[in-house]
Formats: sequence, C-alpha cells, structure tokens
Amino acid sequence: MDHHERKRKKESREAHERSHKARKMIGLKAKLYHKQRHAEKIQMKKTIKMHEQRKTKQKDDDKTPEGAVPAYLLDREGQSRAKVLSNMIKQKRKEKAGKWEVPLPKVRAQGETEVLKVIRTGKRQKKAWKRMVTKVCFVGDGFTRKPPKYERFIRPMGLRFKKAHVTHPELKATFCLPILGVKKNPSSPLYTTLGVITKGTVIEVNVSELGLVTQGGKVIWGKYAQVTNNPENDGCINAVLLV
Amino acid sequence: MTSEDVERLLIQFQDENGEVLGSPFDVPLDITPDKLQLVCNALLQKEEPVPLAFFVRGEAEVVSSLGSCIQTLGVETEQVLPVVYQPQAVFRVRAVTRCTSTLQGHTEAVISTAFSPTGKYLASGSGDTTVRFWDLTTETPHHTARGHNHWVLSIAWSPDGKKLASGCKNSQICLWDPVTGTQIGKTLTGHTKWITWLCWEPLHLNPECRYLASSSKDGSVRIWDTVLGRYEKILTGHTQSVTCVKWGGDGLLYTSSQDRTVKVWRPKDGVLCRTLQGHAHWVNTLALSTDYVLRTGAFEPATATINPQDLTGSLDEIKETALQRYNKVRGSAPERLVSGSDDFTLFLWNPAEDKKPLARMTGHSALVNEVLFSPDTRLLASASFDKSIKIWDGRTGKYLMSLRGHVGSVYQVAWSADSRLLVSGSSDSTLKVWDIKTGKLNMDLPGHADEVYAVDWSPDGQRVASGGKDKCLRIWRR
Repeated sequence: MDHHERKRKKESREAHERSHKARKMIGLKAKLYHKQRHAEKIQMKKTIKMHEQRKTKQKDDDKTPEGAVPAYLLDREGQSRAKVLSNMIKQKRKEKAGKWEVPLPKVRAQGETEVLKVIRTGKRQKKAWKRMVTKVCFVGDGFTRKPPKYERFIRPMGLRFKKAHVTHPELKATFCLPILGVKKNPSSPLYTTLGVITKGTVIEVNVSELGLVTQGGKVIWGKYAQVTNNPENDGCINAVLLV
Repeated sequence: MTSEDVERLLIQFQDENGEVLGSPFDVPLDITPDKLQLVCNALLQKEEPVPLAFFVRGEAEVVSSLGSCIQTLGVETEQVLPVVYQPQAVFRVRAVTRCTSTLQGHTEAVISTAFSPTGKYLASGSGDTTVRFWDLTTETPHHTARGHNHWVLSIAWSPDGKKLASGCKNSQICLWDPVTGTQIGKTLTGHTKWITWLCWEPLHLNPECRYLASSSKDGSVRIWDTVLGRYEKILTGHTQSVTCVKWGGDGLLYTSSQDRTVKVWRPKDGVLCRTLQGHAHWVNTLALSTDYVLRTGAFEPATATINPQDLTGSLDEIKETALQRYNKVRGSAPERLVSGSDDFTLFLWNPAEDKKPLARMTGHSALVNEVLFSPDTRLLASASFDKSIKIWDGRTGKYLMSLRGHVGSVYQVAWSADSRLLVSGSSDSTLKVWDIKTGKLNMDLPGHADEVYAVDWSPDGQRVASGGKDKCLRIWRR
C-alpha cells in the first residue's frame, strides 16, 4: 500500500469520521461545531446551485440585453434612486456612530507580546522595563530618540519606513507615495502614538503626485490609505487609497 | 435743474485680439450700448451694421450705460479706457418653448440624436439596435435603418449631410443614406470592443467626406475609408478605453482616454505628435473651439430658411465656402482644445503647439460629463454630474458663471447657432434653456418621462431634439 492508496482511502473515510464526530459531540463544543457546520452547508448549497445554473444557461444571441445606456454611462454603475436614498440614511447613521467605511473593516488584533519584545537590561539583566517594537513603524522627519538610558520603546532603524505602495481602487494603478503619518492603528491607541504599522492601519500619504484638486482649486496633498499586507513579513507597505 | 455738463471720458475701441480701431474718442459717461454701436460701426465702415457687445477693459460688459459700468469697476476716468468690441451673430435664435411632437417608434431607450449639418434631417440611435430617420416638416417617422445587432451608441453626420455613420456596442460601424434609409457600402468591422465616438474628416480638408475616425473601448482609434469599406490606419497608444476622438480643422486628430491622457496624432501617417498629461482620472470628453463650424461645414446658419435645404454647388465651391467659414471662426490663433474629466476639472490646451495646458478650470464637485465650445468660440459650457453647468471664457479659461436649476446630473448640453442660448438635458427628465447674457433660466421644458440621454439643437436654430430613457424622441420649437 503506497502513499497514494493510503491517501485515497483516508480521504474517503473522512465523511464517515465527520458524521461520527457530529453525532457523538455534546455540550458547548457541539453547539459551536454545529453552528459552523450549518454555515458551511449553506455556502455549499449556494455554490452547487450556481454551478447548476451555469450548466443549463445558454447564451441567447438574438435578444439584446435591456437597459440601454449611452456611451458615457457605460463604464459607470448606475445606482437606482431608491438605493441612493437609503445609502444617504446609512451614511448619516454611520457618521453619528463614528464608524467609517474602510476596505478592511475587521483585522486581527495584535497583542502586546506579538508587537513588543521585552528587552532585559541592568547589571544582572533582571530589569525588564524596556520594549522593542517588532513590527514596521513610521517616525516623522524630525524624529530624535530619547536618551537611550531612559528610552522605554525602542524602534529599530531597520524597521522604519518612509514610503508606501498605494493603489487607487478605481484606476487600479499603484504609486509609491511618502507617508505623512499614522492615523489609527486598529489594535491599540498606544501603537498609533508609537507609529506602528500593521495590517489594517490607516495611514496618511502625500498624494501631490497624483494631481488631485478640490472644488476651490486647492491641490490635495494628503489622503488616507489603509494598509493591506503584513509589512514586517514582506519588507514593504502596501496600501489601498480611501477615496 | 438739469446739469448740462455730464462727465466725459476718453475711450479707445479695441478688437478681441488687441488691435486698436481708430483714435481715442471723447464720449459722455451716460452713453448707451446702442450709441456705442453706431460709433463703432461707423469706424468699421462695413456695409451692414453688425450688432456688437462692448466690454470695458475686456472684463465688464456695458449693459445699460458706460457710467454704471465704470462705477462698478471703479476705474479712474483720467486715462484712456480700452473698450473691447465683440461682433455678435447677426441673426438671433429664438428660445424654444413648447414640445411640438413626441416621436414614438423606438422600442428601447434613445441613446443618441443628431441633426444633419443643414438641419434638414434628424437621426436617432437607440437601444433597440435601429437608427431612425425622422421627417422634420411633418414630424413623423421617415425611415428605420436596421443593421446593427446591439445598442447604437454613437452617430455622426458627414459634414455634407449625405451620409450618417453609426457605431454599436458590438464594435460595428454602418453607413446610412438619409434619403432612402438604406445602408451604404458594407459594415465596417475591426474594433474588438464597443465604439465610443465617431468623427468625420472636416469638409474643407476633403469635400468628398471619405474618411471617418472611430474610437473604441479597446484603446485603439481606426481611420476608415468609407468608399473602399476598410480601415486606413489604426492608431494605438492608449492603454485604456478611448472616450472621445475629434478631427481638427488643421489636420490633427485629438483623442482622450481613460488612461488620463489626451493624445495628438497626424492622421495622414498615423504618427503620435504629442501626449497631453495632467488629469488625475479618466478624461471623458473633448471639445474643439472650431467644433461647430466643422460640424456645419459649408452651411451658414445666417442663411437658413424655414424649410431647410440641402447643400448645393460643386465639390470645389463647397470646399471653398467651408474653408472660408473655418478661417473666419478660427481667426489668427490656433485651435484650442478643452478636456473634461472624472477628476472634476477641465484643462484648456493649445494642442498644436504646447504640451502644457493653458488653464486648469476647477469648481465642479462631481465628474464633468460634457464640454462644448459656443459656435463663436468665445464661451465654454461644461455639464457635470453635480447638477450644474458652468460657463467659462473660451479664450483664457476664466470662470464666468454657474447655471443651477437641475435636480439631477446634467448629461448633455447644446448651443444655439448664435451662441446666445444653451439647452441642457439631465437625468431629472427635464430640459432647460438658459440665456447666457443674463445667466438665468429662460425656459424649463418638462415632458420626458425618464432621464434625457441626448440633446441637439438644429444648426438653423429652429428646433431642439431630445431623446431619453422613456423611448420617445421629442421635438421642441418656439
């Protein structure tokens, strides 16, 4: 019995094992499992239905599609008026609540142990009040360190970045723009003040390169962007512009 | 007790290019524009008096009397004051007030509509894949041209009014004869995605009206030979959809694209001359200062009659008249180009000479859908999705006024032949006629049941045609 045989047989046993587990599980564990499984099954049913539809649907060459629009409206999605009104109401509610629409609404919160590394100091290496940031961070132009003896948070020079690769979501073009500052880090306000950039952080970038202009004729030179990758793993900061 | 000594002032008449006319004149402060007109006409020594508008120092217009104008400006009366005179169109187009007929017949939304250069025929393209010709004297359907198999996105009349080209969403172009409603030649295929704009070669460059330029979403522009029924040249260079193509009167081709650039080409050999960069988002529309005169060709709106006639004369005569009209409108300065974009701004270019823009016109708060020069090239109108139309100076790009009144995005605008009136169609299903001199709404034309997609004013100034999502084509007259 070689590897392929064994693999095949194991995979075919999976269905039986899964059903055995589902039957035998009790308590809170079972509740959680069943909830998850229910959601999975719904998704599966949806995809199966979609595939079925694709098989039976035939392209009707004779009929021209409805909804003729002029050339200047073709690449734009027309919002129906009812949707526009309810969007306005939703926007007002969000403004009241203080929540903003960003491309990545939920990000994994990074704990202190992950972001900060304990640095031991002292003659006997017993004091443990210093921390070193292990993630990419941004420090401003006029940044000077505190005297090293009193520095609590160390931001290594190798992890300091000044530029980010920002993508414009509609134009689908990416520009390398200088960072102006860190606006908000979703994990903790402490990281915002330190300038730590992790996935989901909202940063402010210098967009004077793009040549955008406001209604009054003033050139826009700063815009927000949200980071979309893990910069400490990739060595660069990729972000998407918030328009 | 009436004071007899009214203050007097020295003024110097100047034309738009800055050349002085005669020597400084001593006039009383309460002189009216009519009297100024008499004086100026006498100096110009023309056979017929031309109506003129006067601008103090080129900025403020003299409306009631010279005195009131000077008071508002706060100009010192010691020096010689330059007064610029601008000849207005001799004929006067009356505003359209009523809908004379609703032309039904299309079974889907009407997407594009255009009057022929003389104003004799009206053609409309629609989502039901047909192009329909309408008889304007009886306002009834004339012919239905079937041949496309997808929405007819753009139509263009040849400058002599003898052919109509239509482009569809399946990237096919057909040519039609307006008299019989049948197809001329074979269908021109070659583009891979839908046609966004069609433009014929100007009449004074070629009176046979043989070459046609088409732009498409596939990023290329093709120049077709309509006699042979195949393409002459392909101009590639844009990386995204080409939204508009205009054939200039000086023999250059201008294209705008979604890749944020405007490119200038030489259609004879298909060489790219210049790339004009500056916009931050898609460039939606282009307008040339000589657009109107290139569209009407050899037809002079001042000679229009109640019943529009076809152009008469041999090819050479037509070419001569078209060339004369073109040179008169163009003047001494080269053609100017305006581009409107999704970044809410417009750029004014001198594409034949310079890579840098002449002016950047900001102020709109939503994307600019259409820009159009007035027929006398002095004014520029920009229609935007922020429900307003802005009027700018056609020469310098300075902002003049905003026309507000629509409650939905303004889709298209059309100038009347004398440049005094502007009609605009919008997504709120109304058309509005604006008086440019006062900057106010002249006439509100409700009647459409749904969004108005296309608007056109006939070159003889008698009718306005509008088509929209409600599948009807409406004709409006005085």
